[in-house]
Amino acid sequence: MSAALLIDILLWGSVFGVGLIAFRRGPPVFKAPLREGSMDFINIVPRIALGVIGSGYIAAIIPQQVITGWLGPDSGWLGVATAVVAGAATPGGPVIGFSIGTVALKSGGGVPQVVAYVVAWALFAFQRVILWEIPFMPARFVWFRCAVSVPFPFVAAAIAMVIGKP
Amino acid sequence: MSRSPQLSEPSPNTPAPAEDAESEPRPGRVRKPIGWSTIIIAALVAVSAALVWRRDGTDGVLDILTHDLSLFSGILPRVLAGCLLGAFISEILPHEKVSRSLGPKSGLMGLLIGTAFGAILPGGPFTAYPVASALLAVGADFGATIAMVVSWTLIGYGRAVAWEIPIMGTDFTLWRILISLPLPVLAGALGRFVYVRLYPKRASDEDAA
Repeated sequence: MSAALLIDILLWGSVFGVGLIAFRRGPPVFKAPLREGSMDFINIVPRIALGVIGSGYIAAIIPQQVITGWLGPDSGWLGVATAVVAGAATPGGPVIGFSIGTVALKSGGGVPQVVAYVVAWALFAFQRVILWEIPFMPARFVWFRCAVSVPFPFVAAAIAMVIGKP
Repeated sequence: MSRSPQLSEPSPNTPAPAEDAESEPRPGRVRKPIGWSTIIIAALVAVSAALVWRRDGTDGVLDILTHDLSLFSGILPRVLAGCLLGAFISEILPHEKVSRSLGPKSGLMGLLIGTAFGAILPGGPFTAYPVASALLAVGADFGATIAMVVSWTLIGYGRAVAWEIPIMGTDFTLWRILISLPLPVLAGALGRFVYVRLYPKRASDEDAA
């Protein structure tokens, strides 16, 4: 809980920091982003509500053992490729993604495969892309960002194979 | 949709008030609250909720709802903070300086700055994407912005501290972050490499700016 509190303090501290800078430059510089940020917030809330409140249902029906079964230590590069697809296809928030990674590790999944899974989840998890990235960023940027990120779970797996286990 | 740097007015230091009048919406603003992506998620949620109801009954549905509602109420203030952070940053960052240090000509240093920025940025997706969008708006190129987003998701401490360490353990998390260290810069470099070949005209415009 203290970690979350620390992050909240940092977050709001940053907001007050940039707000103060804007405030000292005059009321228009302060008021315009305040209004814009609040409008962004109001517009995004329905999506967030749907995504956060709904993700529990999506996660509840995903058979986790199907995903972890794909990540065996003998699966090699095919396993890495499967892990990348599984990472992108994992619904729900970080609890689901990391729990699946943990289950895979504990049930004998290969370390490079699990690394590829976690990295691919971080880069591509479809729910985050759809729910957060596309509403906030230009769509053209999002697709471009996803496309150039494709090699990197494989790179991470390769590094994991070279440097070994944690 | 991004406000391309070369479109900014000759005096990029003063955010032109005319921006609002242009047809293009100001970046960082959420444009359509309900779009196709919302509909896809809504359909997925509806189907999943129906399956949960069939398997676990009304109690199962209500359990998940209660849990997710408390999660939602916890996230809500952070979303507001992220939106405000993005809006203030796009207002106060000097465009000229940003396009020099994060623009298409910023080289490896620009990618490293983007990476460092993504790594230290507090908060979750509710901060990272509004801020990244703000950077794009004030003159960062795709490469530096990709470095920032990838750095936030792979080596940022927010998710690692709040979720990955408690669930996956400190050893795995630190080791995974170590492996990920070079990736944001590589992704940003690949992004730039592809971008100038995919959009040669736009890229040369940016060079001229």
